[in-house]
Amino acid sequence: MLAQTDLSRLIFGRLTLDALPLHVPIVLWTFVVVAIGALALLGTITYFKLWGYLWREWFTSIDHKRIGIMYMILGFVMLLRGFADAIMMRAQQAVSFGDNLGYLPPEHYDQIFTAHGVIMIFFVAMPMVTGMMNFVMPLQIGARDVAFPFLNNFSFWMTVAGAMLVMSSLFVGEFARTGWLAYPPLSDIVSSPDAGVDYYIWALQIAGVGTLLSGINLLVTIVKMRAPGMTMMKMPVFTWTALCTNVLIVAAFPVLTAVLALLALDRYAGTNFFTTELGGNAMMYVNLIWIWGHPEVYILVLPAFGIFSEVTATFSRKPLFGYTSMVYATVVITVLSYLVWLHHFFTMGSGASVNSFFGITTMIISIPTGAKIFNWLFTMYRGRVAFEVPMMWTVAFMVTFVIGGMTGVLLAVPPADFSLHNSLFLVAHFHNVIIGGVLFGLFAGITYWFPKAFGFRLDPFWGKCAFWFWVVGFYFAFMPLYVLGLMGVTRRLSHFVDPSLRIWFELAAFGALLILCGIGCMIVQFVVSFRRREALRDTTGDPWDGRTLEWSTSSPPPKYNFAFTPRVHDHDAWWMMKRYRYQRPLDGFVPIHMPLNTGAGIVMAGLSFVFGFAMVWYMWLLAIVSFAALLVVAIAHTFDYHRDYYLSADEVRRVEATRTELLARHV
Amino acid sequence: MSAHDDTPAAHGDGHGHDELGIHATFGGYMTGFVLAVVLTVIPFWLVMGHVFDTSSTAAVVILGLAAVQIVVHMIYFLHMNAKSEGGWNMLALVFTIVLVVITLSGSIWIMYHLNHNMMPMINPANLP
Amino acid sequence: MSELSTTLPASGAPAQPLAFHDTAESHPPNGTLLGFWVYLMSDCLVFACLFAAYGVLGREYAGGPTGAQVLELPAVAVNTALLLLSSITYGFAVLQMQRDRQRPMMLWLAVTGLLGAGFITLELREFAHLIAIGAGPQRSAFLSSFFTLVGTHGLHVSCGILWLIVLMTQVARKGLIPANKRRLMCLSMFWHFLDVVWVGVFSFVYLMGVLP
Repeated sequence: MLAQTDLSRLIFGRLTLDALPLHVPIVLWTFVVVAIGALALLGTITYFKLWGYLWREWFTSIDHKRIGIMYMILGFVMLLRGFADAIMMRAQQAVSFGDNLGYLPPEHYDQIFTAHGVIMIFFVAMPMVTGMMNFVMPLQIGARDVAFPFLNNFSFWMTVAGAMLVMSSLFVGEFARTGWLAYPPLSDIVSSPDAGVDYYIWALQIAGVGTLLSGINLLVTIVKMRAPGMTMMKMPVFTWTALCTNVLIVAAFPVLTAVLALLALDRYAGTNFFTTELGGNAMMYVNLIWIWGHPEVYILVLPAFGIFSEVTATFSRKPLFGYTSMVYATVVITVLSYLVWLHHFFTMGSGASVNSFFGITTMIISIPTGAKIFNWLFTMYRGRVAFEVPMMWTVAFMVTFVIGGMTGVLLAVPPADFSLHNSLFLVAHFHNVIIGGVLFGLFAGITYWFPKAFGFRLDPFWGKCAFWFWVVGFYFAFMPLYVLGLMGVTRRLSHFVDPSLRIWFELAAFGALLILCGIGCMIVQFVVSFRRREALRDTTGDPWDGRTLEWSTSSPPPKYNFAFTPRVHDHDAWWMMKRYRYQRPLDGFVPIHMPLNTGAGIVMAGLSFVFGFAMVWYMWLLAIVSFAALLVVAIAHTFDYHRDYYLSADEVRRVEATRTELLARHV
Repeated sequence: MSAHDDTPAAHGDGHGHDELGIHATFGGYMTGFVLAVVLTVIPFWLVMGHVFDTSSTAAVVILGLAAVQIVVHMIYFLHMNAKSEGGWNMLALVFTIVLVVITLSGSIWIMYHLNHNMMPMINPANLP
Repeated sequence: MSELSTTLPASGAPAQPLAFHDTAESHPPNGTLLGFWVYLMSDCLVFACLFAAYGVLGREYAGGPTGAQVLELPAVAVNTALLLLSSITYGFAVLQMQRDRQRPMMLWLAVTGLLGAGFITLELREFAHLIAIGAGPQRSAFLSSFFTLVGTHGLHVSCGILWLIVLMTQVARKGLIPANKRRLMCLSMFWHFLDVVWVGVFSFVYLMGVLP
């Protein structure tokens, strides 16, 4: 093979032709399909000569709106991959009973559930949440862009690099077979000697850099760049939740970085942190990773709470009920989320005192969450509720999330957890809160802000189809898992003996099929909406009669967001401007200070990808070269002091005149 | 309004002066340095001179001095005060300290109890 | 937007119309220093994890050498002195920067860098010595956590030195422009922050590590 000589070993490391899945038909066919799809896409882009446009206007763009949209696209594409894993698992579990071993061998099944978890959390939920904050938050606070526009671009591409590393594990080598948190000793070098866990480590480390930097960036943006008059207690609730989420990101992701670095040292340098000998303690890994892991779930769900708050207020035509309590509930959740991590391993054996402390803190955290639910309900109470698609997602969320929250409180009782730990009850619970909370929130947000991003609304018919398939599918897919969990079925099994369980798994598989239809409807919705974009056009910039500043500018907003920085006097700034019959300024424009596009971010992220890939396969030469190149590019970039420019007043005048015309056409 | 037209040069790079926000003084640095030296020398002397008989007393004193020295560094070298960046620096610091304490003490507490409860079974020394 | 006028307050528009936008281009305050501080806070949590790992595993000698046997306090004292001195010399550089005196500032920066390099050299010698006597990071959980914690700090100092060199080049080229001053203040925070971490390291790891 290739790796015979020292030279080829230096260059290729442990990568040989065996790593390509030529002998696994499923993966090979997947590869063929993906390759054809990719070639078709690249061919189309080339045919329409779009490369230059994409490079100039998107890939190197430091515009927070475009970066936000790219995050959403990344999240959606990865959702397809993560869902493909999900439906494979559901199919396997529905058929694999008794003599039938199903169609997935265990080592393949193990990779699938690991990849499903990793992708859904890190490369679907995280990019979508970050993308949502990126797009909406600066508009809501009346800013031109984020605090560090270049860093924003770099963060996005680092997330892409991590996602690409996970995707390449599908076709070169294998992914981890350890579950989504890669507990040692299973994930150490003795039990998992192959490249799977290394793919896991480097993908998360590289994407983690992007997440951390974007957290700092958005945090500073909210602190420093709010429009004059917007005090903290006048910020829109989504911005508040974004602030708290970014605080959590900045405080939690370093822990993930550190613990994965320790795991990597165990694997690469032979240290003994989490090994089973020479004093190592695998439980320390479990402890540390959940110090990150629990805040992570709030990182995901807080922005979703923010979205629901905006949607509920807008479609109930009322100010949000209990703004102050909403803000305090968010802050309390932020702090409390650091005090509950042990409930993920009650069964580890820390004893009654430790378990009861963390059981109680866990139950306490449901109080502020419950307060939020009441706030939304009271906002709707006696409002003129318009059941547009975002509002439908919100109502579905309230019902679903309450169920998920209550099963969570059940799990917070340590004695109950001893029988439910690692059962399908747990699986049902966290899908219940993550799908019912985070994903429904993102879907509500996508539908709500889509017209702001693209200038036309999403087709409501297909949106409603997607909604119903998703919601009904969700209940079909996960309620049976609660039942199975109570019957004692544990997670991550690829084969069952007891045939009486089968009906529940078949129901769950049917639910997954319904969700597949839901995803299909979403894709159809995007296509149909694009084709009907003239009929769905939003000429006003304010299609829902919104309340916050993002609706005061055009749809899509100009590069500079606001021709003049807005002044804020109260909550719901745009609502107030409308009440006071605000007149949009038509002249007197001044030059606007703007950041310049740069390709440094994509280059550095590309080099990081190469570095990660080289480390996974022990290609030391390539690793050194790519890391050195990364350093050189980063340093060279700091020598570039020319990072901004002024958009001339004439240009602003021209753009604003176009909007005036559009508005006139509407009336 | 028109006075602001087309005067980007006036904005240029000129708005960075007061944003450093820190006015370091020689006296401040020297005070900090002297305090830091004193607070470093004492614990080294305590340990190298075997001043305390019990480890736990020594540990408590060392940690106490370290905490004081960290505060000294924060004030005199990092120019921490409640006003810089509108109080956000201080808020971030306090939040971080809380989390560091939670992470450290929580981990040690959890792992101590875990070892206490579980280790007799897996510690080779205790096997028959 | 015509249908919105029906929701006007009963009193109509106030006498003094509220301003809903600025008429000049406004510059939000620069967020670099705050952003860098927030980054340092996140770095603080990386160190918190490493300290936690040391706190939990630091007495797991696995039959290998103990802290009292391998840690040499005199060398650590010298190292601490180097780092403390480098902190005050960076402080002097900042004082010169405030007065826009570029040459003395560069001189103090160079002294700082040399002191940092001295620190790294001593630390590497300590590491090499430990590995040579069979007390490498693979030997026990104690040594793994020791090498990782101290090594991570050393890595940060090395990055600081590299950054210092880059920044000196940039000052030499562009002078003390606001952007460079901002960067110098960021590096100042970074350098003093590493000092704070070192206080934790010499107290928690070295001094407490050699206690019986």
